[in-house]
Amino acid sequence: MDAGLVRTYLGVPLYRPKVAFFEFSSCEGCQLQLLNNESSLLDFLALVDVVNFREAMKEKADDYEIAFVEGSITRSDEAERLKDIRSKAKVLVALGSCACFGGVNQLKNRFSLDWVKKEVYGNSPVETEPVRPLGDVVRVDLKIFGCPVKKEEVEKIVTNIAVGKAVAHPKYPVCTECKANENICLFDLGEPCLGPITRGGCDSWCPNSRFGCWGCRGPAEDANVEQLKKIMKEYGFSEDTILDRLECFGGFSAFADTLRKSGEKNKGTSA
Amino acid sequence: MKVDCNINIHHLARVEGHGNIRIKIHDGKLQEAKWEVVETPRFFEAILVGKKWDNAPWICGRICGICSIGHTLASIRAVENAFGIIPAAQTQKLRLLLKHMETLQSHILHLYFLSAPDFLNAGSVFPLIKSHPDIVIKAAGIKKLANDMCDCIGGRRMHPTRPVVGGFTMLPDKKELIKFRERLQDVVNGLLFTAELFRTFNIPDFVRETEFVSLKGDGNYPFIGGGLISTDGVTKKEQEYKQMTNEYIVGQSTSKWSRLSRRSFAVGALARINNNFEFLHPAAREVSLSFGLKPLTHNPYMNNIAQMVECVHVVNESLGLIEELLDSEWTGPRQEVVFQKGTGVGAVEVPRGILYHCYEFDEAGHIVKCDCVIPTSQNHANIQHDLEELAGKYASEGMKDRDIELLAEMLVRSYDPCISCSVH
Ligand code: SF4
Ligand code: SF4
Ligand code: SF4
Ligand SMILES: [Fe+2]
Repeated sequence: MDAGLVRTYLGVPLYRPKVAFFEFSSCEGCQLQLLNNESSLLDFLALVDVVNFREAMKEKADDYEIAFVEGSITRSDEAERLKDIRSKAKVLVALGSCACFGGVNQLKNRFSLDWVKKEVYGNSPVETEPVRPLGDVVRVDLKIFGCPVKKEEVEKIVTNIAVGKAVAHPKYPVCTECKANENICLFDLGEPCLGPITRGGCDSWCPNSRFGCWGCRGPAEDANVEQLKKIMKEYGFSEDTILDRLECFGGFSAFADTLRKSGEKNKGTSA
Repeated sequence: MKVDCNINIHHLARVEGHGNIRIKIHDGKLQEAKWEVVETPRFFEAILVGKKWDNAPWICGRICGICSIGHTLASIRAVENAFGIIPAAQTQKLRLLLKHMETLQSHILHLYFLSAPDFLNAGSVFPLIKSHPDIVIKAAGIKKLANDMCDCIGGRRMHPTRPVVGGFTMLPDKKELIKFRERLQDVVNGLLFTAELFRTFNIPDFVRETEFVSLKGDGNYPFIGGGLISTDGVTKKEQEYKQMTNEYIVGQSTSKWSRLSRRSFAVGALARINNNFEFLHPAAREVSLSFGLKPLTHNPYMNNIAQMVECVHVVNESLGLIEELLDSEWTGPRQEVVFQKGTGVGAVEVPRGILYHCYEFDEAGHIVKCDCVIPTSQNHANIQHDLEELAGKYASEGMKDRDIELLAEMLVRSYDPCISCSVH
C-alpha cells in the first residue's frame, strides 16, 4: 500500500517499515481505533507501509516486519496462526488488553469449559479453549495496553519503532494523571476507582468523565493492591465490587485469583 | 458458455470479523454456495453470569468495537427495564443524539472505507487517498464530526465511559453543543456530495424477496426501544423478542441463525426503511425516492443506499435534538438506581439492524441469565440464501468467475456484517 506520502527527517526520507495487522478473539476495536483517528490517519500512513490490514483492505502480503496483533487466543487454530505470524515478523506487538492479558474474554476462565459451552450453545457445543494472552503462546516484543488502546499512544509508539527509539511505558499510576488533570476524586463522589494501582498512559481517560477506573491497562509499577483494598473497604465498597474491577481485563489476574479464593473460603465457612 | 468455477474466499476482507465464501459451479450449474462464519466465540452470555448489574453495559460494550455505543445503550435499557427505571426526557434525548452519531460514523465508515472501493475498482480506501482525495477528505470530515460528538456526549467514541444505568456520569457542555450544531450544518452539504457520488455507482440489479424485521416507529423513525415489526405482518412487544428471533444452531457457522415467517429474514438500514419509510425526515425521504428506494425494496445491495439515506435522517434529526436540548433547563445527569429481582429486555436499532440484550437478575442484582441477539446473526441465513440465488443466477447466465466472485463479496459487504459481534 502506498498512500504516496513519505515522511522525511532533516530532508532525508525516513524508512517506512512494512506493517501488518492481525486479529484473534476480540471486538476488533483496537484496530479500529487507528482508522478512527481521522485527523492523523494520513500522517500515520506516511510513517508505515501497511501490507496487511484485512479490516480495511483486500490486498495482503506475507512480507512484513512489524505485526500488530489484537485479541486473545481461544482456539487451537488461532495458536497455530499466531505462531506463523511470529515466524514471519521481526517485531510482534500485542495490541490492546485482549492481546496483553486476555481482556474481558478471560472472564470465561472463571468457569468450566463444559459449562460455558452448554450455557451458550446448549447441546451443540462448539470448540473452545481457556483464554490465553499472546505471550502464553509466542514471544511478544512489545505490549500496548488498554481496552481500547489510546490512538495517540499507538502512534507515538509506532513513530518510536520507525525511528528506532526505545519505547517506555509510564511507571506511575492513573492517579498521577488524574490529579494533574485536576479531576474531582471519584472516591469523594462515592464511586470506586482502580486509579491508584493501574498503570498510567491513558491520561486518566475514565475518571476524566467521572467514571472510575477498571484497571484495563494492568498494574502500575509497585502497585499496592492490599492498600487499595483497604481504602475500598473504608469507603464501604464490597469485596465483590473490588473483585469485579480487578478481574475485568485480566491485568490483575494474580490478585483477582487470590481474592476470589479467599471469597470462596469465607463463603464456605459462613455457610 | 457454460461456466466452471471454484470460488474460495478465506477470511473475506473489508468486513468486521472472519467469514468465508465458497462457491462451486460446474457446467453452468451451481453445486454449492456457502457463507461460513468461522469466528471464535467469546461466550459473553456465560461471562456475564454472576456479575453485578453495573458490569453489564461496561462488559457488553466490548462485544463490538464498531457499535460499542449501541451495545452499551441496549444493555443499559435491558437493565433499566428489569429494574423499572424510566429514563428522564433529557437522558433520552442525549442517548438518541449519541446513538445518531454512532450510526453516522459507522455508516460513513462502511460506505466509504469498506463499500466504495468495490465501486471504484480499488482494493481498499488507501489508493483512493491519491486518486480521489476529495472523496476521502469529505468522508473523513463527516466521520470526525460524528466521532468528536461521541467523545463529547459519551466520554469517548469507543467503549464509552459516560452512559450508565440511570443516565450519564457527566453532561456535555452546552457551548460544545452549539459548536457541533454549526459543524452538523456543514455535514448536511457533505451528505449531498455523498449522494451524488453514490449516484455514479452501478448498484447491481439483483432481487430476492425476503422478510424485513425492525423496531416499529410510533410517530418517529425508531432507534431505542418500542414494538417489533416485520414486513410479513408479524408484530411483537419488545419483551417478546425471542418470538421474533427464533435462534437456532447450524454447522457452517459459529454464529447462531434466525428465522421468522420464511426460511430467513433481514435486519438493518434497508429493513428499517422498508418498515418505517413514512417516519424518515423529509430530506431523507427525498434522497431515498431519488434513488428509487421505497417500501418494499428487496435488492440487498440497496442497503448501501439505505445507509446513506439514514445518514441524512440522523443528521437532520440531530440538529432538532440539539435545538431542543439547548432550549431546555438541564437537570442532573443521572437518576438513582434501585435494583430488584426480575428480567429486562432492551431492543435498540444499531447500524447493522436490531439488537437485543436480555438479563435476568436475582434479588442481589446479580445476573443469573444473559442473552444477546445480534443484528448480523439475524442476517446470516439471509446472506446464505441470497448467495445461493445470486451464484445460481449468474452462473446460468454465463458470467465470468471473477465477476461472480466480486458480486458475491459485494453482496456480503452490503449487509455490512459485523461478524465477531454476531458470534460474541
Ligand atoms: S482490548 Fe478491548 S477494545 Fe481492544 S480488541 Fe480487546 S475488547 Fe476490543
Ligand atoms: S478518581 Fe481515581 S484516578 Fe482520580 S484521583 Fe481519585 S482514585 Fe485516583
Ligand atoms: S482510566 Fe483505567 S479503565 Fe479507563 S482507560 Fe485508563 S486504565 Fe483503562
Ligand atoms: Fe447470543
